[in-house]
Amino acid sequence: MFEELLVTARDNALIDPGLHIWTWEVAMYLFLGGLTAGIMIFAALMTLRNKEEVAPFATMRLALLAPIVLSIGMTTLFLDLEHKLFVYRFYTSFQITSPMSWGAWILIFIYPISILQIFSTLRSGFSPLALFVDRSSIGTLALDWCERYRREIAMAVIPFAVVLGIYTGILLSAFGARPFWNSGVLGVLFLVSGMSTAAALVVLMARQRSEKELFTWIDVILIAAEIGLVALSLISLASGSGQHIEALQSIMGGPYTYVFWVLFVGIGLLIPLLLEILDLSGVSKSLAMLAPVLVLIGGYALRQVVMDAGQESTWTNYSTQYSSELLQRLRESE
Amino acid sequence: MTRFVMVIDTRTCIGCGDCVVACKIENNVPAGLNRDWVVEATRGTYPDLKTEFRSERCNHCSNATCVTLCPTGASHHWNDTNIVLVDADKCTGCKACIAACPYDARFVMHPGGYIDKCTFCHHRVEKGLDPACVSTCPTGCMHFGSLDDPHSKVSHLLKTREYKTLKPETGNDPNVYYLI
Repeated sequence: MFEELLVTARDNALIDPGLHIWTWEVAMYLFLGGLTAGIMIFAALMTLRNKEEVAPFATMRLALLAPIVLSIGMTTLFLDLEHKLFVYRFYTSFQITSPMSWGAWILIFIYPISILQIFSTLRSGFSPLALFVDRSSIGTLALDWCERYRREIAMAVIPFAVVLGIYTGILLSAFGARPFWNSGVLGVLFLVSGMSTAAALVVLMARQRSEKELFTWIDVILIAAEIGLVALSLISLASGSGQHIEALQSIMGGPYTYVFWVLFVGIGLLIPLLLEILDLSGVSKSLAMLAPVLVLIGGYALRQVVMDAGQESTWTNYSTQYSSELLQRLRESE
Repeated sequence: MTRFVMVIDTRTCIGCGDCVVACKIENNVPAGLNRDWVVEATRGTYPDLKTEFRSERCNHCSNATCVTLCPTGASHHWNDTNIVLVDADKCTGCKACIAACPYDARFVMHPGGYIDKCTFCHHRVEKGLDPACVSTCPTGCMHFGSLDDPHSKVSHLLKTREYKTLKPETGNDPNVYYLI
């Protein structure tokens, strides 16, 4: 027998009995950040490959969603902060070893570059909005400039968006103290998942059949890649040290088994993959709109389950006899 | 970097918890939160049992991941020592340092909202005093000092006794030593 018992009262909120510092706010940000990255990457790629005819929505209108989606994500991230008035402190220093610091600064660069990307297709995508911007001479100049350098802007967007999509995964994998996150695959997995959810969003919102088909194809490839990356992360954990193997147990029979395998892998990856393949092969079109919805649900489920299982994975396993509820009852009975 | 260490003799510790009380009083730690705690580790099969008491806290790691992962520089090494402190005026309460600590030694200050933990009583160390937990310990099993001084009590103990640190395999280079 080997037992480590806490013999003094320790019941630190959010820490004991298992770490649960981050809840849906952070998972939502990780999801929406990845979605934003995917949106910007596809809008840029469609521009670079001149897909106005085949995919008009992704080429001319999709980019407008990026700052909106990202702002919702940053709002939920702000909600998570415990010392909210000091949020400006992210921008009074740059900490080169902290992925979170990198992320804070990347978000600052993403907004202006996203505005340039929107402006470069605003006249063709959202003419009423463009008319509004065109009212001022500076607006006209900006729209003209962005349209002229449309391709250059698209090329500049891609590296920034890739970093945005990948950093959330690196952020988690940098925590050596949390074995479940401690895998280099996580960054790429989050990027691919973000792109897959963005492709699903295009399938949902595009009107033209050719565009829906193109993005269903893209999504099939991305989901297949994601399944491969999930397998790699599991192999990486299973072949790791004792802590990694123990961390893996949380989704292999432990408390997150159903969320991971049923909600994420089953409903979020395998079923939509099957539906999309059936749709493309013309076998069944009736459920075509279900697949992208499931992909979006799966994208969120991935962030939530990785965040929950990860923060609980640990190097210390103390059991405790102390019960704050019991103490409270004793105090009340006095 | 001046290296301050705590050396705790598990052979004379009786697990009384006075260190925990001393800390709460010295540092006004609010009810329900703890900067230090005592662990009773039992090994073996009855009747061959072996029990070890350990008074635990932040390990003031020389290679502290809570410092490297803090996005604002709020978590920092104090005055070029290994003592890790949190500057509440720089802390956003993002909780990255809590996740980064393999010892789960950090918590969210209530009601403040910034992150808090053991400071090795740096306000006492500045004046040449021992941390409150060390000076209170009724069995005298806790020792504090600098490893840079080869003649200090802690240097002497680590030279003459068998010792261990907690989870050195995390690579954090912890500075709380346990004599075994």
